[in-house]
Order: sequence, then C-alpha cells, then structure tokens
Amino acid sequence: MSLTALAKNGAVPDHPLEDLIRSDRIPHIWCPGCGIGTAFAACLSAMKASGIDLQTICMVSGIGCSGRAAGYVKLDSFHTTHGRAIPFATGLKLGNPKLNVVVFSGDGDLFAIGGNHFIHAARRNIDLTVICLNNLNYGMTGGQVAATTPFLARTTTTPAGNPEAPFNLPLLAWAAGATYVARWTILHTRELTECIQKAMKKSGFSFVEVLGPCPVNYGRRNKEKSLQTLKLYQEQTIIRNNADPTDLEVDFSKKVVLGEFVDKERSTCIENYDKTCRLM
Amino acid sequence: MKPAVLTGEHYMTGDEACAEGALAAGCLFFGGYPITPATEIAEHMSERLPGVGGTFIQMEDEIAAIASVLGAAWAGQKSMTATSGPGFSLMMENIGLAACTETPCVVVNVQRAGPSTGLPTMGAQGDMMQVRWGSHGDYEIIALAPCSAQEIFYQTITAFNLSERYRTPVFVMTDEIIGHMSEKVIIPPADQIKTEWRPKPQGRKDRFLLYKPGPNGVAPMPAAGEGYNVHVTGLTHDEKGYPVMSVEAQHQMMTRIKRKILGNLDDIIMTESHQLEDAEIVLVSYGISARTCLAATQQARGMGLKVGFLRLITIWPFAEAQIQALAQRVKGFVTVEINLGQIHLEVMRSAMGKVPCHLVGHHGGTIISPDQVLAKIKEAFPCP
Repeated sequence: MSLTALAKNGAVPDHPLEDLIRSDRIPHIWCPGCGIGTAFAACLSAMKASGIDLQTICMVSGIGCSGRAAGYVKLDSFHTTHGRAIPFATGLKLGNPKLNVVVFSGDGDLFAIGGNHFIHAARRNIDLTVICLNNLNYGMTGGQVAATTPFLARTTTTPAGNPEAPFNLPLLAWAAGATYVARWTILHTRELTECIQKAMKKSGFSFVEVLGPCPVNYGRRNKEKSLQTLKLYQEQTIIRNNADPTDLEVDFSKKVVLGEFVDKERSTCIENYDKTCRLM
Repeated sequence: MKPAVLTGEHYMTGDEACAEGALAAGCLFFGGYPITPATEIAEHMSERLPGVGGTFIQMEDEIAAIASVLGAAWAGQKSMTATSGPGFSLMMENIGLAACTETPCVVVNVQRAGPSTGLPTMGAQGDMMQVRWGSHGDYEIIALAPCSAQEIFYQTITAFNLSERYRTPVFVMTDEIIGHMSEKVIIPPADQIKTEWRPKPQGRKDRFLLYKPGPNGVAPMPAAGEGYNVHVTGLTHDEKGYPVMSVEAQHQMMTRIKRKILGNLDDIIMTESHQLEDAEIVLVSYGISARTCLAATQQARGMGLKVGFLRLITIWPFAEAQIQALAQRVKGFVTVEINLGQIHLEVMRSAMGKVPCHLVGHHGGTIISPDQVLAKIKEAFPCP
C-alpha cells in the first residue's frame, strides 16, 4: 500500500527517526532542495546507530538555517547566539563530562563569526562532535558571501563575483589539531552517517563537513539548479581517504575530495585537565 | 586539599574574596579571560576549582567565556565569569541570551575607567547603566554593588543565591579599588552559609514545560542529560521553550521575564540606612563611593548638618520606592558615584521633581573624597 493510501486509512507508519524528532514542530523552515534535512537525518541516524544512551546526547546550534537543527531534535537542545555554539558546547561538556555533545551548525556560523572558537576548541581537543553543513553562503539572510564561498561566485553582497578566497575547512581543522576530520556531500548519506557515528564515538574534537546545496539562494545566483548541484556532488567528487589536507579545496571545476582525512589519538582537554590540574 | 569554604580570618584582596565567595556558594565552573583588574579572580579560581571538584577554563575571548558559562549552567552547575569594561562589552549579546533563556549565572565586573581601553588599572563606576541596558531589547537583571572585600565575599554568595532563585544572570559590580584592596575577610563555617539551588522539576518528564512559572514567577529548571529533552533558544519562545514568532508570544515571554524580578522587589532590593531618621539631605551611593559617603555623613553630622546616607546594595532593580518615600520628607539628594551621573539619573527619576537632586561624580580613575561631598552639600544646600 502506498503512503497516501496508508494515510487515508489513518495508519501512517512512524518515521524511522520519529523518536528523535520534535514532530510537533514540523513543518520545518528548510526550503525545497535544501541539503540540511539530509545532513540532519544522517546525524540522527548516526546517533541511533551509535548505541550511545540518547539521554546523554545534546545538540548545540548557532544561528542560521543549519542552526535551526537544534530546534527539531527531540533531545536536550540549545539554539545559542551567532557563532557561539562551540563555546556554549564547551561549557556544557566541561560542566558534565558524561554528556555527548554534538554541535550542528552552518559554515557562516562556525567559520566566519565563530571561526576563532572552532580553532581553539580543536587546539584544546575538547570532546565535541562538530558537524558543519557547508552550503557556501549565508542562506537565512538571503544569500550573502561567506568565508566558504568559492572565488568569483555570485552572492547578494558579491554581485560582481567573490573577490576573496574561501577556507578549506578540513585543512583548518587538521592544522588546529582536530583528532577526527571527514567530508561528505548529502549525496553520500551512508558514508556520512558512518562518519558521524565514528566522530561521535571518538573522544576528542571531531569535525565532519557536509556539502549541501542551497538552491534558493546560492544555486539561483550561480546558475546551478538543485539537480545540477547533486550531479556535481556525484561527478565532480572523488573519494580519497587520508588525502593531503592541502588538496581539499572546494572547487567543482576540479575534483572535490571527499573521505576521512584524520583519525588520530590525542589526550582530550578534560583528560589533560584532570591529570595536570587535579593533583595539585 | 583546601575545602570549598575557607572558614577563618583572612587578609585578602576584594578579587580573592570574590573567588572565595563563589566557592562558598557552590560555584563549580569558571570560564574566563584575563583582563585588568579582574584577572586575579580567574587566577584564584584556576588554583582553587580543581581541588573542590570544579573546572576552570580560560577561553579564547570574553564572548567564549560567557558562552561557556551558560553551557555549564545548563549542565547543572553554578557557573560564573569575571571581567572588566572591554570584556563586559564583549559579553553583552550572551548576557541577553542568559536573560531570555532564564539561565542562572553570575558575572562579576571589576570596573575600570572607560570608554574603550580607558584606564585599565584605575577604578570607576561607569558601567552601571551598561549592566542594566547593555544587551539589546527590554529585559530585567539583578545587579549588586559591594563596598569592601568582606562584602564582596558575601555578595558573591548572595548573587549566586539570587541567580538560582530567579533563574537570571546576576551581576556583582565591584571596581578596581576594592578589587585590588587587601582587607580583613572573615569566612564563617560552611554550615552558617546559606546556599540555594534552582528549583528542580517534578512530575512527568514528557509533560514538562521549561518556562511555566511556579508561584514566585520562576520556572523549575532541569539540567541537560536528565531526560527532559529541553529546547533552549534565544528566539522568542512559548512556555515549552519552542520558538513562536508572534506579538502574543513576545508579550507573554517578556512579561514573565520582567515579572519574576519586578514582582519580587522586596526580596531582591537591599539597602542600608545611615542616620536617615532626621536627615534633611540624603546622600545616595554604592560600592567604593559608599565609603566616601559614610565618612562624609559623619563629618557633616559633626558640623551639625542633618545629613543621612542611603547605601544601595542592590542597584538593579532600582530602589525607586525608597527614594520616592524619602523625597516626601527631605530637602534633597546628593548622589555620589565615580561616573558622570548614571544612578544620579535614577534618583532624579524616582524623586519625580519633588526635591533637588545633585551629583558628586567625576570621569573615573580615583575615589571621591569626603571633602568633595561636603563641599557639594554646602554649595547646594546653603545654611540659612
């Protein structure tokens, strides 16, 4: 029986992530063709698959379209100020180290206004899982240039094309000391879900970049339809685990490298604090 | 290992007394960033917190410091930060988040002269309006102003108690002068220190409403990980905590945030009266300038002038009713503060034009001397 027929019978099966979604807040705000929902679903699937006690998992978001994720997850969830999800999450984790804290936010929030917090959290290796939905622009405010917008791309604040160079996010994470770094697109949901699960189970600072389309704001101004963006994700990407982090620019005129780039061990901020400071 | 409550007689700075007060109150998290003249509070907490099971972290800036304090508060800890002028300015957005999400926390501002970098090593009382209005929008906060190292110890405890009782950020507004001054501080036995904790929710977890107020206007508050699946947002929200973009939701949320403070003024406002019974001229002051006024009051009385002194211990919410009542029977007010007239404006507003209100203040960097206060009294209220 089709879903429509089931619905008519009043017997709609539960969504497989029903128990993790605040269904009383649906419909969500994300536009048709947006990639955030897919990344969000991958994140929730990873939480379920991880076997981690769901009651200990918290989600912290900043501001922006991806920042709304915290509002839809049926867990302790915090929608904080613009750019400050990571320091808020740092306090949450230090206040109760038993919590499993996931930061889910966008590229503008995490890497422009919040960029300083990202590198310091990675440096001190605080045990957080940071998931960045990178849609190459500020979507919520209507499509302005971001720290991730490709060179020469058009946005509402770069009408003649972006004169600046974007960040290579995995390189930044690697350089700052993250112990786990991966990148996927929303087309690679299986790999993405697996990597988020690994990132969550890994102690230390984990970072997963998810490339997702923003057809309404970024795609429209760069003559890229939703399906074309997904085709780029399929045809113009290459999976290369442990790739050199300097080779990870997002430039779809060349191949964009996906995969798992860092998976190393390093004492966490809390382990080092306990060892160093508690024995005085 | 030293206990959280260092019972005994000590000689310590105001900054150290602040840290000891926080520990005695049960504070277990400090997120800070160095800044003169508040750094000693962070230093002292970094040394003491690990020994009592707490955590100190020096964040990458003051924005991160206050954000971490809010995170730790939702993890269930009593948490705090301490800063001064420039750092206080940086914290403002997240102070708004704390007010909006009704997050208990304590922020200490050891004031120095501003604006901008100003006089980092020299005291002032120039952030008294900023603490009230610094973050955007209408909201209420509580601010206290201690006048000695001993009082910083006690008021830091009171600040934590008020923040837990009312689920609100509470500010301890000290200044460089008392922050760096060493004085005798007596710390009582632990069982004589009253500490409060935020009310915990009861009943079914799935029906819990994060912002449904109890009898005193304050909603119980669970910690993350306790199974309540709370949603905490700086967007305008309903009692469940869910964002609602409407005029009605804004009205309800703001009414609740304001009412829990303004509906409990008698519990929150603390003042101290000195020779007010027969006073004709009333000095109004707080913090370090209160000590100037105590001396000035004594000297004025020695000269036969009927001068009294109202010391504000709670600055915000403002002791409007007390000023109003005095305005009915005195000849005038003189507000003494190390700024160009901030609380002075509140005194004027509360006196409602009934009697003249004068200011003894300056641009900051040093204390006000009793002589300056006496000169103003003589000039403004000449003897017949």
